[in-house]
Formats: sequence, C-alpha cells, structure tokens
Amino acid sequence: MRRIGATVAVAFPAAFLGVFFLYPIGAILFRGLGAEGLTRLIELLKKPSFWDVAWFTLWQAAASTVLTLAVALPGAHLLARRQFRGRSLLRAAATVPFVLPTVAVGGAFLALFERLGLADGPLHLTRTAGAVLIAHVFFNVAVVLRTVGSFWEGLDPRASEQARVLGASPVQAFRWVTWPQLWPAVAAASSIVFLFCFTSFGVVLILGGPTRATLETEVWRHAVFRGDLASATALAMVQLAAVVAIVMVTNRLQYRRAVVQQPVRRIAPPRASLRLLAANLGLLATVLGLPIVVLVERSLTRGRSGGGWGDWTFDHYGALASRSVLLPASALRALGNSLLFALVATGLAVLVGGLASLVVVHGRRALGRAFDLGLMLPLGASAVTLGFGMLIALDEPPVDFRSSKWLVPVAHALIGVPFVMRTVVPTLRSIDVQLREAAATLGATSVRTRREIDLPIAARALAVGAGFSFAVSLGEFGATSFLPRHPDQLTAPLALFRLLAQPGDALRGQAMALAVLLMLLTAASVLAIEGWGRRGAVRGDL
Amino acid sequence: MLRFRSDCLILAVVLLSGATACGSDDSSTTVPLISDAGRMAEEPAIVVSPLGPVTLITHDSFLVSEGTLASFTAQTGIEVIHQTGGDTGQLVSSAILTAGNPLGDVMFGVDNTFLQRSLDAGLFESYKSPALSGVPSELQLDPEYRVTPIDFGDVCVNYWIDRFGDDLVAPSSLDDLIDPAYADLMVVQNPETSSPGLAFLLATIHEYGDLWEDYWGALRNNGVLVTAGWEDAYYGEFVAGGGDRSIVVSYASSPPAEVIYADPPVDTPPTGVVTGTCFRQIEFAGILAGTKHRAAAELLIDFLLTPTFQEDIPLNMFVFPALAAAELPQIFEDFVELAEDPHLLNPAEIEAHRNDWTERWTEIVLR
Repeated sequence: MRRIGATVAVAFPAAFLGVFFLYPIGAILFRGLGAEGLTRLIELLKKPSFWDVAWFTLWQAAASTVLTLAVALPGAHLLARRQFRGRSLLRAAATVPFVLPTVAVGGAFLALFERLGLADGPLHLTRTAGAVLIAHVFFNVAVVLRTVGSFWEGLDPRASEQARVLGASPVQAFRWVTWPQLWPAVAAASSIVFLFCFTSFGVVLILGGPTRATLETEVWRHAVFRGDLASATALAMVQLAAVVAIVMVTNRLQYRRAVVQQPVRRIAPPRASLRLLAANLGLLATVLGLPIVVLVERSLTRGRSGGGWGDWTFDHYGALASRSVLLPASALRALGNSLLFALVATGLAVLVGGLASLVVVHGRRALGRAFDLGLMLPLGASAVTLGFGMLIALDEPPVDFRSSKWLVPVAHALIGVPFVMRTVVPTLRSIDVQLREAAATLGATSVRTRREIDLPIAARALAVGAGFSFAVSLGEFGATSFLPRHPDQLTAPLALFRLLAQPGDALRGQAMALAVLLMLLTAASVLAIEGWGRRGAVRGDL
Repeated sequence: MLRFRSDCLILAVVLLSGATACGSDDSSTTVPLISDAGRMAEEPAIVVSPLGPVTLITHDSFLVSEGTLASFTAQTGIEVIHQTGGDTGQLVSSAILTAGNPLGDVMFGVDNTFLQRSLDAGLFESYKSPALSGVPSELQLDPEYRVTPIDFGDVCVNYWIDRFGDDLVAPSSLDDLIDPAYADLMVVQNPETSSPGLAFLLATIHEYGDLWEDYWGALRNNGVLVTAGWEDAYYGEFVAGGGDRSIVVSYASSPPAEVIYADPPVDTPPTGVVTGTCFRQIEFAGILAGTKHRAAAELLIDFLLTPTFQEDIPLNMFVFPALAAAELPQIFEDFVELAEDPHLLNPAEIEAHRNDWTERWTEIVLR
C-alpha cells in the first residue's frame, strides 16, 4: 500500500509536468534550434540591444519584488497578528487585482495618472519604468499578503512576546525572532512575484511605453509578429535558463530553515489599533483601490468620451447578459466558462501540487528538489513558448489533444501548481515535530497523527494555494489565447479583450462591467475556498 | 523511500479519478454549430453529407450572425466545426508550426501583410472558386489561387471632428500630419507590435518610397506619440477614451462603429477618416494542405463568397465584403468613405522588407 501511494505521488505530478510542460517546451525549443536557433543564440548574445532587454527584465523584476514586499509585509502582519472587522474580506479583496486583465488595468492606470496630474511634467509616470513597477505591485501584493500572512498566522506568537518581555523593542523582536521564522514564506512569495514580473507582458507593453521590452515581449514579437522562430527560440532559451537559475537560488533560500507551525492559534490576537489599521488600509487602498475605483466608475458611467464625467448607468451590466454583436457568446456565458475552467484547473493544481508537496517534504531529497524546481518553471516560461509547444507536441495519435477544450484548464493548472506548492511546502516542512511527538506519546497512531495534525494544517495552506490557482485561472489570458478553441468556449478575459477591440463607448462600458464582475467572482470564490480551508483547520484543532 | 499512509493514498486516488474523468472527456470539443435544438426542429430535413465535417479555423475577430454557418450546413449537409486561435499573427504562426498536420481544413484570416509568409510555408492547397468571378481582380493577390479573398478593410488616420474647425481644419493628407499646425496631436501604434501600426507604416512607404524615413523623422519632430497596440492608442490617448490626442491610426470602419456602439446614442459619428492615408488590408481564406475533407473545404470556400455570408460580414467584423455585388448595411453606406485609390504593397515586397523596415522605423522614431 505504502509503495503504491508513494508511486502515485511521484508518478502523477511527474507525468503531468512531463506531458504538458517539459515535452511541449522541449519540442518547440528543439524545432527552433533546428531552424538555426543556435546560430541566432550566438548572434543574439553579441547584440547590445539584447543585453538592454535582459537587464531591464532583470532589474524591473527585482525592483518590483522589493516594492511589493515593502507594501505588502505590513499588511501581512496585520492579517496574521491582529483582529479587526472585515479581515477575511480584506484577504479576499486583495486577490482581486490578480485576475484583472492587463488591458483593462493598463487603461485604468493611464486614466489615473491623467487625473492625478502625473501624465506629463517632471513627475510624470505615463510610459515610464515607474509605471511598470507600480502596476506590478498592484498585481502582486496579494501573493505576499496572503502566502506570508497565512504562514505568519501559524507561527507561535509567544516567542516574540517573550522577547518583548525580556526588553526587546518591537523592531528588535521582529528582526531577531519573527523574521528568521518568517523567512521561508517570504522567500517563497518573493520567488513567485519575481517570476511573474520577470515574464511580464501586457503591463510592459501598455504602461512601459514603446521603448521598453522584456524577454517575454521579445519572444512574442519575434515568434508572432516577425515569424522568426529561431530568434524567438534563442530568446526563450535565455529566459528559461534565467528562470531555472532564479528558482534554484530561491529554492535554496527556502531550504535553510524549517519553522514550527501550529494548527491554529490558541491565543486570540490583540485587536488592531486604529493607527495601525489606518496606516495599513490607507496604503493598500491607495495601491490597490484607486485603479479599481476607476474601473468601477467606468463600468457605471456613460458618455465620457471626448472628456467629462458622464452620467451614471447600470446599462453596461444589463448588456452583458445578451449575446453582444462582437462576441460569439454572451459575456455572462464567458464568465461561466471561466468559472468551469477555473474549477477544473484548481482541482488539477491542488492534486498535482499537493502530491508534489508531499514528495518535496517527505520524499527522497533529489526527487523533492527536482519537483520543487520543475513544477515551478511554468510560472517563468513564456506563454508563447508553452502555447506553441502544446500545438506541435500534443498532436500525436491516438489523441489529438490540441483542440480539446480541456487543454485550457490544463495550461492554467500548470501556473496554479507553483502557488499550491509555495504555500503548502513551507507549511508541511514546519509542522511542529514536538506537536507530533506529543501526540504519539499520548498514544495516537501515526495515521491518526497525520490525519489530525498534518492534514488540517496543510488544509489551511492548501486552501490559500487553491484560492490562488482559481484566481490565476480566472484571469489567465496569454496561454489561453494561443490554444485553439470553439468560439463558445470564450473565457472572460478573452471576451473583455474582444470588447475593447472596437470603437464605441457602449463596448468599453461593457468591458469594464465584465472586469468588475470578474473581480466580484474572484473575491467570492476566494472567500468560499478559504472558508472551506479554515473550517478544516479548526476541525483539526487538538 | 516515501513515508506514506493509507489515508493519503485514498485521498490521492479519489482526486485522481476525478481528474481523469474530466481529462478524458473529449467529446465536447467538437460541438457542431447547429447544436441549437430549436433550429434543428425548424429544419429537420438536413441529410448529413459524407464529405464533412469541415473544420474552419479563424482568428478571434471572426464572427458571423447566428444561423449563417448553419445555412451552409442546411444546404450541403456538411457540419462546420469552428475553432478560433488568437489574432492574425498567432493564427499564421500556429498554422506554420502545425503545417502537414493542420488544426483544421479551411483557414480564414490571413491578410496581405502575412500572406507571403504563409504562402512560403506552403500552408495552402490551390483552389479556384467559381465565385471568384464576382470579386474585383485587385483583391485577388495570388495568381495560383492558393488563397481566396473574402473581405477587405482599410487602416486609416481618424480624427475627432469636434477638435477641428475654422481655426484648424482637419488634416486631409499624409503631408498635413508633419505640418507644425498639427504638432503633438497624433498617436500611432508601434509597427513592431501592432497590425494597424504596421499597415500605417506601409502606407507611408507606399506614398513616399525611399523617402519614408525622412517622413517619419518629420513626424517624430512633430510630436507623434507611439503606443504598443490599438487599444491603448484609441482608448488611452485618443479623445474617444478621454485622452488628449485628436488624430489616431484606426480603421475606415471606426466611424460607423462609433455610431452603432455609441452610448448615449448619436446620429452622426464623432470621428472622421482621412481617406488619403488608408492602407488596404485584404483578408483571405485558404484550404490547409493536409486536409482530409478537401471537397467539403471547397464548398465552404464557395460559401464564404455567397451573398448570405458576404452581407453578414460588415456588422460583425467591421470590414467590407470582397464580393462586388454584396450590399452594404445602411449605416456603412451613410458613414463610410472608402478610399478610391488606397495604399497597397505587393505581399512579396512586404515579406521581404518588413523586418528591415520596422527595425529602421524603431531607430528613427523611438531611439
């Protein structure tokens, strides 16, 4: 039995990764290399313009990660260590930016800069690297807020309280007691944020201005626009090599330490002081709230074209129910498709990510590290490479999987798995050994120990990861757009993109209304998924 | 060795079986277009033809009214499976990558800027549709009939009418745009990342020949603004989206779209088109080499040139029917002014030079 279980836990994630990621990516890189890709690679490395792109890709990702941490860590502390009304709502609301299509958010940011007087002048943000960084913070705050927040919540607060009693200042207590314990989760979240920004596409094109490019936008430009597969492959290889290096480094950082985690806190945390709450919420409201307010406002007004504020209306929402002239299916149907795909993708991601996490923590070391690396890579691979790779690799008989609608959630699940693993692995690794030993001393069998201690704690982390996979799937645009599909199987982000592809205020209003519905759907789903995870955690309380 | 327990295994097996149940359900990928039970009931006499089904692969912008493709099925008994696969660039690249084992039987959506690339890759089988006799010869760009013109559209400079008047009349030519009177008014798309951006660059190359680089130098000096795509130009910087710029590169069909999708309703479009700046984009359909349904594919190409399909094009895709006899909807008659002598370049010339041209453009305009 044990052997079979172990084999499944290894084989399933390995097969999933192999068939749907490594094989397609390998196939497309092989094809590209065959077409003079190697010569192009060498030519590429000699070009100064390539190094400009590579440098911008790297530094903007690093800067975006640092900024995201700066904005999100105080909020994570608030969520983990203080009680206040609307806590779970804030957690769910913070995930919302994550699913918003960049084409909608880009427009919102441009409008916001305009309104705040930052469109031109000495402090202008429009078409600058600064705009790219701000948008990256907007999209990624949730990753830090929630993965670090959930881990922080599981840390025993007594250690830092004891330090305080012994005379340490709050800063000292954080620096010397909390931070070392928190570090694995911070490293895990940072690696995700870094990879997301490293492969940034829409944000860079829309907000960065025409002179800024990342490796991702360059791969796309060469593969799709110039039809130059060889150069695109060369760029994709550089990108993939960088991603492998980044993941290996950040993984090492996480291996350093295992930290004690408790199933749920036993001491109710203090209520948040008004000042702490105001400072935190003020910051988050500025970064996350303002662009969203612009989107909501646009979804509720009409007649803004040509300037002015326009009149309030609900018509854009009403129009979503009917089949719009520009969409092959109604926007509501597209939302329904997105929901179905997100459910399947999340199920797959939880299964693959959950099993892989067990292997990483309990399995053979080399195997665990291979999983930890391999399953992280889809997050840093370009959507173009993956999309085209699937087209040429998954066409063999007996099954031509290329045109299956289930390829969409599979692609989404590939991006969801890293989230599941990055929340579950640090948690599993740190489950209190003492707690387990105590349980054994008291006579619990090991099966019971695992069920009653490990599973509930893991469930909490799993739910956070599942929430993210769900959100990733709801908002995914890049890879989806490359996969052939029946027009009825339009997803919400694709529908939104279509609506913005024609002139007309009504269409734009509908696109914004769709974006708002997508946000609400995300918040509601994340609340539901986490509610489930938390109930699991409470049931397991010893 | 993994230290596993039976409950984990059970959990895994349950989840696994759930996932495979989803993964193996492939049936719904081939939804026939007439899955609507109501319509089947109205037309019960359809005899399924052994020639089909035929798979039509298009870009995401392809759209027809409900029932249009069903009328093809009603006439021929051939079921049409419609698949979309990204924008034109994605569609062509995907087709090239899957050449020999194509994703469908007929591909619709390759335009004259991508045409040569797809012909060079040997994507299509020749087929001369009898319906071509109704299509103007200037739209028929392939003498070997590997592709069939289905529609065309013009990429043109648009302007916001209210911003021009007696003080400053609206621009009327490419030359006007480098006049300092129009300084800082124009927004264009990067031809390296946007298809209308490329079309506009090609229009200037057609107009000025070897002097196009000087023209763009002058446009730059006149404060032209560049965005990555059409959306951020039209909705971000142009007046229509609340921006400041009153001249934008868009389409000849943008004014009627501004009327149809106006909110609140308007009688006349707020935008106008500078007809001397238009570049003609022609969209083609072709039978993909390697098809197993050649006869059905031929019938589908013929169908795409029938008045039924052709007259359905304008209000769905905002382009113009290739069939000369097809009637335009009234709103197009009212608000579209088609260029009589649009800019057009030979597809082979476009393919041979486009990468050099866009690289030079980048150096002139962005560096």
